[in-house]
Amino acid sequence: MENILSINRGTEFKKGLQAGISIAIGYVPIALTFGLLAKTTGLSIGETVMMSMIVFAGASQYMSLSLIALGTGIIEIILTTFIVNIRHFLMSASLNEKVELDRVFNRVIYSFGITDETFSVAATQSGKLTTGYMYGLNLISYASWVIGSGIGFIIGAGLPETLQQSMSIALYAMFIGLLVPSMKQGVKIVFLAGLAACFNTVFTMTGWLSSGWAIVVATLLSAVLVELIEGMKKKGQVTDGE
Amino acid sequence: MIIGMGAVTFIPRMLPFIMFRGKELPPFLQGVLKNVPYATLGALIFPAVLYIQEDIWYGVIGALAAFIIAFLGANVIVVVMGAIAILSAYSLFF
Repeated sequence: MENILSINRGTEFKKGLQAGISIAIGYVPIALTFGLLAKTTGLSIGETVMMSMIVFAGASQYMSLSLIALGTGIIEIILTTFIVNIRHFLMSASLNEKVELDRVFNRVIYSFGITDETFSVAATQSGKLTTGYMYGLNLISYASWVIGSGIGFIIGAGLPETLQQSMSIALYAMFIGLLVPSMKQGVKIVFLAGLAACFNTVFTMTGWLSSGWAIVVATLLSAVLVELIEGMKKKGQVTDGE
Repeated sequence: MIIGMGAVTFIPRMLPFIMFRGKELPPFLQGVLKNVPYATLGALIFPAVLYIQEDIWYGVIGALAAFIIAFLGANVIVVVMGAIAILSAYSLFF
């Protein structure tokens, strides 16, 4: 593990690019559809691509389209975007514990590219994350999203119906592919994921919370509860500062 | 509007990297943050995966397929491709 330090940035960057391939594939159908929907909503190609470039957040971009179509005011759209994306605060705080120390400039730049997907891939990597890796991972995902949105707008169509349908599983399959190997490592992770899934299902099904908050609250509840239970179990035993 | 949306998206993503830079957080909080990725994955998958198509079986079959392929130890890309392939087969027949 120590010799990671000797590997240069180029290889780390490449590793990040490779790790992002599943994300890039998964973004294609969503980005194409976004471009298509943006066109039907009445955005120009410039606005469509610019939104993908500047916002880079799938769920909230989709949401903004339906709000625009409804004639919602700008402030409300921005506020909704904020609420939908507040969960990334939690993700960044978690990733911050895992990345190597680097200049603020680099951290600020790659933090721009943190999405549910890039976070999931990065956070389930073992060991410290290098700046090069983060750049590679986020860049390939970003490129897929921006280019996909543009192409979707221009060709005015998504993928063929059947492929579009079956590709809608891609990002979820990726999440599952990232989660399962970790679940094999211990019951704790099974509990963490299971609890959060249950909480989130309850919150969204009952409509108590909007989907943006539901994910945040479900994640936090599960992470805190499991940590408390672990702390209680450790009491009595000698803690080894793990 | 787009710039406003970009700003409110970027700020939560960026703040922790500046606020907590090189700081040692209390152990309990560190533990919670280490738990976050797995909890997030659980919440990201359920219940959203059930609603990817109107036909709820689509999500169920896709998720199951992904789970089995991943459980067998396959690489993430293989999991993604496998799930897509199985769903393509499913939509051909149903």
